[in-house]
Amino acid sequence: MFDNYLDTKGRIFDIQRFSVHDGPGVRTIVFLKGCFLRCKWCCNPESQRYEIETMIQGGKEKIMGRDVTVDEVMDIIEKDRIYYRRSGGGVTLSGGECLAQPDFSVALLRACNERGIDTAIESTGFADFEKIEMLLPYLNHYLMDIKHINSEKHREYTTQPNEKILENARRIAKSGVELTIRVPVIPGFNCTEDEIRDIANFAKTLEGVTELHLLPYHRLGESKYEGLGRKYPMGDAPLIPDSHMQKLKRVVEETGLNCHIGG
Amino acid sequence: MAKFYTEDIRVSPRIEKLRDALFAKMPEIEADRAVLITESYKETEGLPIITRRAKAFKKIMENIPITIREDELIVGSATKAPRGCQMFPEFSFEWMEAELDTVETRMADPFYIAEETKNTLREVYKYWKGKTTSDLATAYMRPETLDAINHNIFTAGNYFYNGIGHVTVAYEEVLAIGFRGIIEKAEKELMTLDAKADNATEKRVFLEALIESFEAAITYAKRYSELALSMAEKCVDVKRRDELTTISKICAKVPENGAETFYEACQSFWFVQMLLQIESSGHSISPGRFDVYMYPYYKKEFEKGSITREFAQELMDCIWVKLNDLNKCRDAASAEGFAGYSLFQNLIAGGQDKNGEDITNDLSFMCINSSMHVMLPQPSLSVRIWSKTPHEFLIKAAKLTRTGCGLPAYYNDEVIIPALISRGLTLEDAREYNIIGCVEPQKSGKTDGWHDAAFFNMCRPLELVFSNGMDNGKQISIKTGEVEKMTTFEEFYDAYKAQMEYMISLLVDADNAIDMAHAKRCPLPFLSGMVEDCIARGKSVQEGGAVYNFTGPQGFGIANMADALYAIKTLVFEEKRFTLAELKQALQDNFGKGGATGLDAKAITIGVVKSLADKGVEVSEEQIANIYKNVSKESAFVQNGGRAKEIFDMIEDVPKFGNDIPDVDAFARDVAYTYTRPLESYKNPRGGIFQAGLYPVSANVPLGAQTGATPDGRYAYTPVADGVSPAAGRDVSGPTASANSVAKLDHFIASNGTLFNMKFHPSALEGVSGLESFAALVRGYFDQKGMHMQFNVVSRETLQDAQKHPENYRNLIVRVAGYSALFTTLSKSLQDDIINRTEQKGF
Repeated sequence: MFDNYLDTKGRIFDIQRFSVHDGPGVRTIVFLKGCFLRCKWCCNPESQRYEIETMIQGGKEKIMGRDVTVDEVMDIIEKDRIYYRRSGGGVTLSGGECLAQPDFSVALLRACNERGIDTAIESTGFADFEKIEMLLPYLNHYLMDIKHINSEKHREYTTQPNEKILENARRIAKSGVELTIRVPVIPGFNCTEDEIRDIANFAKTLEGVTELHLLPYHRLGESKYEGLGRKYPMGDAPLIPDSHMQKLKRVVEETGLNCHIGG
Repeated sequence: MAKFYTEDIRVSPRIEKLRDALFAKMPEIEADRAVLITESYKETEGLPIITRRAKAFKKIMENIPITIREDELIVGSATKAPRGCQMFPEFSFEWMEAELDTVETRMADPFYIAEETKNTLREVYKYWKGKTTSDLATAYMRPETLDAINHNIFTAGNYFYNGIGHVTVAYEEVLAIGFRGIIEKAEKELMTLDAKADNATEKRVFLEALIESFEAAITYAKRYSELALSMAEKCVDVKRRDELTTISKICAKVPENGAETFYEACQSFWFVQMLLQIESSGHSISPGRFDVYMYPYYKKEFEKGSITREFAQELMDCIWVKLNDLNKCRDAASAEGFAGYSLFQNLIAGGQDKNGEDITNDLSFMCINSSMHVMLPQPSLSVRIWSKTPHEFLIKAAKLTRTGCGLPAYYNDEVIIPALISRGLTLEDAREYNIIGCVEPQKSGKTDGWHDAAFFNMCRPLELVFSNGMDNGKQISIKTGEVEKMTTFEEFYDAYKAQMEYMISLLVDADNAIDMAHAKRCPLPFLSGMVEDCIARGKSVQEGGAVYNFTGPQGFGIANMADALYAIKTLVFEEKRFTLAELKQALQDNFGKGGATGLDAKAITIGVVKSLADKGVEVSEEQIANIYKNVSKESAFVQNGGRAKEIFDMIEDVPKFGNDIPDVDAFARDVAYTYTRPLESYKNPRGGIFQAGLYPVSANVPLGAQTGATPDGRYAYTPVADGVSPAAGRDVSGPTASANSVAKLDHFIASNGTLFNMKFHPSALEGVSGLESFAALVRGYFDQKGMHMQFNVVSRETLQDAQKHPENYRNLIVRVAGYSALFTTLSKSLQDDIINRTEQKGF
């Protein structure tokens, strides 16, 4: 039977070309709408709700969110194929959370995979493993956040506990997909040496994981909260000084993992 | 062991001293050359022109003051003062005569001039009235051509008033056999001269002139040898005394004889490079493939152990500094177009040899080191990229780009080689191409390319469609019918093509008139000795002595015209949202910005400028723009911009070139043909053909100031699009989209060069991933058959301007945190943050 998976629909709010982070090489990032978590520091607040909403940007109203087919997205993805080839890049699904739209994500990753385009997802891992399992055959890199080892604190800052996330991390690592652990370093949440060490020690136990990325907190999303008529949950939390980031990097390296600051 | 030495090499403290000394004072105008050439011309009245040129060159070589500057290892200066310039009255002088009292205080590229020098020049100029190449060129031109020039359809200013330059000579031959070897070649030709041949007399006179010129150049080098020796004798510093003694020995040997050491090769190179710029005033005398022809001398010595990497690098750095010692005073208007005292001495590294093998070597990397060490505008460094370019070389080049100096420019062998072959070069010659001036490819030592022959503003013929060939009340072009009566897009587009073709025919007339004037009045015997096949043919480069002859005038404004015609097609003819009559009115109204009297305002502005000029007041482009602004404001209250503004908004919503939209891009490709195709059918007096270039230097700004509003939504008198780049602020879909669109133009047919400018903030190239993704961008654009790419890595000031005028910078990329973004989409506070960040980095 003819499989019309290219007609699968999903909801996205942006496609960003020539991104050089979130996976190797030059990448096209597809931002999906909707997320299970509500992280206080989230820099894409327009990604959190599945509903289409209006955001004021530069004095103008912008509609955030549109429904597209896999085929439509592929047309844009294909435009930069030559740059993926030259840089070892490809496509990254970001968000929001691509696991919140599993059918669309699977179809999109499958379309890329069948056309020889490298695939990555940037995901919280907060979903039933069956959903993750559906993606894995078409996935080259899993960029996964481990935000905190203490489940209660995790819930306090993201609205969800972390047990499922940690368990999924173990299973993803076993599956053989290339797994990279990323830690957003957030003031007041997980920026102490002990907290980072705990995360690194956990990451160390994951099969095949050799590298951990520390992503320093930034306030780039602040104006978006305003544009959505929401309050910025981080208040006036300070940025983390580079010297402290370097200290945390050494903490990670002491566990034997390679550490990289920034995506 | 790695194949290449890719590391930086320590910069000698000498370089900073040389650099500082060069820029310690404002550049100065010197009259010595003008005086000597005038004396000589007076003595040689009645002799053949080529003989007069040789005798004048000889007089200059024997008498022009010479100087060795402190700490120099490579010697030979055209002027006593650093960065000074000589004058060349044989090409034109009226502008200089008029500007003698203002040249020191003008905004763009001022020059100090002593009162005594002014008086000397005034005296000299008396001789030249009616005798210049410019005078003769004017006499050759059709009156319609002069009209088109006066009405700013195109400008042929470069060669109309100056020497041609724009050449790369056979440096490798001079290095190998010396000037003596060239003299011997000419002597041999003389001895075997066929007395029965129809050109025997012309050939003999030419060869004699050539020999006289090269003998004179040898004398000049010997003067340096003697000067160095006498300075050495007086020098108390032992180290410097040794240096001067070495310089003396080297100048006694080269360029008369072939070079043996790397040092000798460097000095020999420099004499050639500088003397060409004393013989004539042309700019873009381009060193070309320095890494290729210098490498054998370096390799031999390095392997033998008689030179260190450090000393070789120091010598190269010295040359890089010296390239900035040469200077040129242009008229005030041209100085704005070429601002920055630029001489466009293009030096290129990397690429393939005549057999199609990659030729990148250690010197290729050292060329990039030198540009990093001196951080000066000259030479215009270029790199050749093709499928077999070593990745580390591209990354090394990217590191230079990251410094924000705007260098190097990247060229694609895979497009340029076939493009040159299509113009008649052999495969071997095409593979050995280098770049002249801005972006113009050619084969060194064999070509008179006449690149940069004119700036043709593609927007002006569209204005002529709307005015039915009228401009400021005068019929300056053909009538293509009243625009209000056109009923199909094809009819309109045909009218545009007809206006283009007519104006191109006048452009050719202008270029060929100037071309002939140079052949008749300023043939160059010294240059001709280093361009094949002048000696065998017995005539100068200017008379058609070169193997390959081209004329390459450049068009610009493609993006504006592509967007304009696409908007007309869509809105007027397909969607019928407004009529051509309404559009014509909207253009006159400057889309409601300049008002109902948009064209009147232009006429008033021109009137004001003229009356100021009559009173002897100089008006800069910037001032003209201000006058226009004020005039427009004055009349603003009488107009109703309502409909014009509506039309503007509709145009804004039509897709634009530069966003990877197949329809629009295909259309742009076709629009470019309206310039590139008609040109191909014309011939020049040197036996060559015309070939189009698509690049603007910086003329898109001043010439844009002479162009009314265009149907792409561009306001009157604002800059037009630069090169093949999308119109400013129109490409809003990121760098890959922009590159993909530009690559969809036909770059092969624009064999005189295309220019694609991309703007980055240095932060976008941060880290290894920044460099790698940058390399991928260049590779990706080139895979799609783009020809040239350069990166304007922007400064703090630019970012501040972008905050004020975001509409002009919608394509500007900055690196934010771990990623890159379009600057204008960021919040004010974040923008401020990035601006402050650049300050810390010293940009």
